[in-house]
Amino acid sequence: MKGAEVLLKALEREGVEVIFGHPGGAIMPTYDALYDSKIRHILVRHEQGGVHAATAYARASGRVGVVMATSGPGALNLVTGLADALMDSTPVVAITGNVPRALIGTDAFQEADVTGVTMPITKHNYLVQDVNDLPRVVREAFHIAATGRPGPVLIDIPKDVQLSEFTGSFEVELDLPGYKPTLKGHPKQIERALDALEKAERPILMVGGGAQHAHGELLAFAERTGLPVITTLMGLGAFPGNHPLWLGMPGMHGTVAANRAIHHADVILAIGLRFDDRVTGKVSRFAPHAHTIIHVDIDPAEIGKVVRTHIPIVGDARQVLREMLKGAKPLRLATWWRELEEWRTRYPLRWKPRPHLQSQEVIRAFAEATGGHAIVTTGVGQHQMFAAQFFPVTRPRSFLTSGGLGTMGVGLPFAIGAKVARPEELVIDFDGDGSFQMTLQELATLVKYKLDVKVVVLNNGYLGMVRQWQDLFHAKRYSEVYLADSNPDFARLAEAYGIRGVKVERKEDLMKGVEAVLSADGPVVAEFKVYHEEGVFPMIPAGGAAEDMIIEHPAEKEEVEA
Amino acid sequence: MRHVISVLVQDHPRVLNRITSLFARRGFNLESLAVGTTHVPGLSRISLVVSGDDHTLEQVEKQLNRLIEVLKVTDHSEPHVERELCLVKVHVAGVEERLAIKDIQEAFRARVVDVAQKSLILELTGDSGKVGSFIEALRPFGILEVMRTGAVAMSRGERTLKVREKREAV
Ligand SMILES: Cc1ncc(C[n+]2csc(CCOP(=O)(O)OP(=O)(O)O)c2C)c(N)n1
Ligand SMILES: [Mg+2]
Repeated sequence: MKGAEVLLKALEREGVEVIFGHPGGAIMPTYDALYDSKIRHILVRHEQGGVHAATAYARASGRVGVVMATSGPGALNLVTGLADALMDSTPVVAITGNVPRALIGTDAFQEADVTGVTMPITKHNYLVQDVNDLPRVVREAFHIAATGRPGPVLIDIPKDVQLSEFTGSFEVELDLPGYKPTLKGHPKQIERALDALEKAERPILMVGGGAQHAHGELLAFAERTGLPVITTLMGLGAFPGNHPLWLGMPGMHGTVAANRAIHHADVILAIGLRFDDRVTGKVSRFAPHAHTIIHVDIDPAEIGKVVRTHIPIVGDARQVLREMLKGAKPLRLATWWRELEEWRTRYPLRWKPRPHLQSQEVIRAFAEATGGHAIVTTGVGQHQMFAAQFFPVTRPRSFLTSGGLGTMGVGLPFAIGAKVARPEELVIDFDGDGSFQMTLQELATLVKYKLDVKVVVLNNGYLGMVRQWQDLFHAKRYSEVYLADSNPDFARLAEAYGIRGVKVERKEDLMKGVEAVLSADGPVVAEFKVYHEEGVFPMIPAGGAAEDMIIEHPAEKEEVEA
Repeated sequence: MRHVISVLVQDHPRVLNRITSLFARRGFNLESLAVGTTHVPGLSRISLVVSGDDHTLEQVEKQLNRLIEVLKVTDHSEPHVERELCLVKVHVAGVEERLAIKDIQEAFRARVVDVAQKSLILELTGDSGKVGSFIEALRPFGILEVMRTGAVAMSRGERTLKVREKREAV
């Protein structure tokens, strides 16, 4: 048996059903073996599309996503996606071919130091020097990717290793003496945490992407205690977006209620999040009244990294919540809730209606038409924030966006990965005209595999988010953000791929457009021409604090103190 | 504050690269690094001298522990032995200087390991402070080259950097 077949057999033993990838010289032996394999391969049109699709596959399914690429340029096209998966703690295994061992280090054709390049953007990586190591390396790679704090692992396999005769065994033992994630929270700390919550007057529960798999326990814990729940961008869906205990998203474009709750909280229970600067704003002014911060995270390095933590709990969100549930009691929070309720009703998420069609109303219309029952993906920009604000997902693993890295272009490949993982679900990509154009070659992938993905392009003719910052912080000097003079006709572009195109330009055609998208049999690209001067609000400027929150555009100004 | 940290690692290719890349990426301040094999096949030991406040040092330790091939990290805050090896090639202008250098050599218990007409190589082992003073003492004569290994360290007494699991078992 040759290395390439060994690799595929090892992948099968890991339960891999799908690989997203793109072939090339140095990975050809593996593609040759794939010809006879029962593993499904999704041929993408750019390796970046492949790694993003594998990422979304992982996040939508809870399994490990797999992407494959050739050496040099192929592997380097994975770089952005690997960094994205690392930042958002997503289990992905990337397999890359490399030049034959004898040529490594000689600047051979299509050679690049891929393990070197990807070292800081993977959880771990391997360069396989011996074909007999393949079963162990694959076993370890999947184990490392999926356990502890999940993340991407890359396996680089020289072409001659793929062609070498295997004399080893598939019965391998994990040999990772330096890798033992702690899953169970320390009972003493859990007890202290429950105690602090019981004594709290204004406690809050904040959850992030690390709690997506703990949604059941989270719901039970919140309902038992009556704690107000705040979900970060990565945590959206971990707690139902239609639940009375939910205050929304915190941070730069979070709700007034969520940000004020953090500002006034005395005890914060944070689970599976890492206090990103888009959540905290200026750290020294974050949660100034919190005398106790309880931080539950599976990665000990996250605890105390950004904010001072009084009760650290290293462990898996689900296991810790299960333990906490045993001692959880209903908390007396009536006074606190009165305050929260006041902020929530006084400052709901809203937009200033204009004669033009607006992104917010488009997203809201889809949310209403689907009852929030869809997997949503987004690009990065204003449309992403609007989707987070106005499409409150109710189920876990259903809001797939690039949180930590903020990678424009993930929308379509994420939708592909999600649809492959959960074909029975409605998948909607709310994309920006800028973001969509970074990876729109993957429309061909929709066609090739008949993937019923609905792409909603919120075309504001601008790199809108950058424009918004220029508007607010750069004296309206709109440097290099205008796209409308050269954007394609998105509907006709879709049609060129053989995909149904829809175009909506007027407010009064909104519902007809939504209907056309949702009733279409098969993929659709729908362009909604939206107002170009919209801003995302509320907004806490970068480096600011809850007190600096801008609720509406300064020209239409209403600032609030926290 | 200056800290000496010992790290036990699997001696896989690029493991040193992972550590230096981590320091570069996270902006940690690495003053010196020394690495060598141990008595256990497959394991290497690294001594790092790092400066930073308590928060930074906590992060250094935690981030090192995240590396898959790192088995154990110890910040030597407890009583420990710290040594550095240093070679100094010093200019010898004449007989008078040769005698003066000999005095310094004896005072520091250094050794002469190479003698040439116009230069000497002196070898000194000691903690970093001693090595620093030694170099300063020789400076007036004209130092031609210096090579320091960076500190290596070991805890005193029974305490060892054992190959035990670095985190509590699951
Ligand atoms: C790959 C990449 N390049 C640049 C940026 C910086 N950036 C953030 S938002 C944005 C504008 C996005 O424009 P568009 O996709 O049209 O979304 P809009 O804000 O207009 O809704 C840019 C350029 C980024 N996040 N990712
Ligand atoms: Mg735009």
